[in-house]
Amino acid sequence: MSQVLPAEGGLRRVIGDGSSAPDGEVDGLGSEELLALYRNLVLLRTYDERSVVYHRQGRIGTYAIFWDHEAMQVGSTFALEDHDWIFPSYRFSAIGLLRGMPVSTVLQWWRGHPAGWWNPEEYGVASICVPIGTHVPHAVGFAWGSKLKGEDRVAIAHFGDGATSEGSFHEGATFAGVMKAPVVLFCNNNHWAISTPVAEQTAAPTFADKAIGYGMPGVRVDGGDVLAVYDVTREAVARARAGEGPTFIEAVTYRAAPHATADDPSLYVDEERVAEARENECIGRYERYLTRLGVLTEERAAEIKQEALERMRAGIAEAEAEPPADVGLVFEHAYAEPPPGLSEDLAELRRILGE
Amino acid sequence: MARQASPLRGCAMAERFLVEAVNDALRIEMERDPMVLVMGEDVGKLGGVFRATAGLQERFGADRCVDTPLAEAGILGTAVGLCMAGWRPVCEMQYDAFSYPALDQLINHVGRYRWRTRGKMSFPLTIRMPYGGGVRAPELHDDSPETYYVHTPGVKVAIPATPADAKGLLAAAIRDPDPVVILEPKLYYRAQKQDVPDGEHVVPLGEARVAREGSDVTLVAYGAMVPLCERAADALAGEASCEVLDLRSLKPLDEDALLASVGKTGRAVIVQEAPRVSGFGAEVAAVLAEKAIFDLRGPVLRVTGYDVPYPYWQIEDAYMPSVERVADAVRRVLAS
Repeated sequence: MSQVLPAEGGLRRVIGDGSSAPDGEVDGLGSEELLALYRNLVLLRTYDERSVVYHRQGRIGTYAIFWDHEAMQVGSTFALEDHDWIFPSYRFSAIGLLRGMPVSTVLQWWRGHPAGWWNPEEYGVASICVPIGTHVPHAVGFAWGSKLKGEDRVAIAHFGDGATSEGSFHEGATFAGVMKAPVVLFCNNNHWAISTPVAEQTAAPTFADKAIGYGMPGVRVDGGDVLAVYDVTREAVARARAGEGPTFIEAVTYRAAPHATADDPSLYVDEERVAEARENECIGRYERYLTRLGVLTEERAAEIKQEALERMRAGIAEAEAEPPADVGLVFEHAYAEPPPGLSEDLAELRRILGE
Repeated sequence: MARQASPLRGCAMAERFLVEAVNDALRIEMERDPMVLVMGEDVGKLGGVFRATAGLQERFGADRCVDTPLAEAGILGTAVGLCMAGWRPVCEMQYDAFSYPALDQLINHVGRYRWRTRGKMSFPLTIRMPYGGGVRAPELHDDSPETYYVHTPGVKVAIPATPADAKGLLAAAIRDPDPVVILEPKLYYRAQKQDVPDGEHVVPLGEARVAREGSDVTLVAYGAMVPLCERAADALAGEASCEVLDLRSLKPLDEDALLASVGKTGRAVIVQEAPRVSGFGAEVAAVLAEKAIFDLRGPVLRVTGYDVPYPYWQIEDAYMPSVERVADAVRRVLAS
């Protein structure tokens, strides 16, 4: 167990501040890859900002905001192979966009239209998990089951700091350690579970310290640094693929936006920390880094942002053009072979609705 | 083991205890389908605390008969992931009440995930557990939790009363594309050896069994209450002709068999070990009220456990439905 003790203290960082903290290096990323990361960051940011607008316009329902959480999604997904699976929480609802999922699909999920419920096998992205932390065992079981079949697949589960208080996280992490499952447990510590701060969530000095108890390494990374997130996830994935088992990653950020569209953080949040987080938000940091490298120009950045905006416009138009779902879908899909009563219920409902 | 050829079924039979029939089904289904995987607490080396999984790890290896950490939500949660990776897990919950931590996974995910993928992914997992009282056990080793499972959309539930059905329903559950919960009456795990068909044996979900024919009243039961109802029918011989209907499957429920039997007798006494309030007997009574009211010649009565925690075992017999309580209900409905 010596290799898992203790959890690393400091936050891993690659991107510097352009003056006192110099930029680090990451192997194997040329300008093409660096720009691909940027394009993905912008896509998610645009998705998120437009979604808040769509919500205000009444075009989507309640929405869980992920503003400034883009670097964790983009960096970690970039470290995966296409056949690896992602198990997202609702905060990372649009992570499927990084796997080619249409914008309209995710928008439909937030619109409550059945078209928003995708086939996980199509994208290697499990369904959005709403009950906190309960998908951790799914990722672990998937990874363990893939290993048992001799398949070279890794799973990553995304969850927040609050999820580590849930029993499901504990049981999933326990299984991951015991089964040496090729899984990455990616915890975003954004300092808040709605209004509950980390100090009221755990007495552990860091969330990564929890990894020790499950016999896996715990790593801490700056969750706003897309390159550092990529780098630590890549190491964890390599470890998993080499048969060395799970890794716990604590990606640290500060939630600078409300928990969701229905939340009022002014009642509890530290406004100074929010201002600091907004100043240091992940895409601006990466833009400045790329500019220092000479990889990104203002014109290129503007083009990329315009492309993302157009995808969103097309996505919401496509979602809104979809005809309303048939009520028959209320009854379908719960069972492969439904109990007989369901078809009677549907027939009765259609009769009452005059269909 | 005694064997005999069955003149009725034309297949070889062996006399087995109910728990041996469970073991037989698991072995055969694991042989038949290499993706069937058994997992749970102490199921491997020990072969389960009741020996339901005895010999499976030896035969199929530790990867297909898996000793897990002591974590029921972890067992069921990882089983969901195993399904996504293509496995067909059979999860043992060591005792009825030990399954409660897994209800989180059952309600939030097991019953919903197929629907969540709009039918694109299947979750063909089986949960099996010993259930019920009368075994003089410590607290929370005696519960009848079927209602929690039946009330969860997307999940099917079956409860065998005989060794042959224990084998056949478990085989059906393992082969079913949907999640199925099987509750096994632990009181009858080693009560009496009975004929069990050798080799593959499947009892389809959703088919009730007339355990005994009669004409005055239908005793509706499942699991451990079926042998009890048969004893009650014996005790009432000469006084009332009791039909005993063994539901076998709670969801899907064989309404046709229920309505046919009650249509014939005109009276129903529903017997369940679980607490009364909103128990499965209430569902059966509601079906009879909705679909058989004009066939009924008396009120539908229930003989059930009481709405209390399962009691201290020295006085547990007072809680359990008994021959006397069933006979009393039959006399009341006949007198009405």
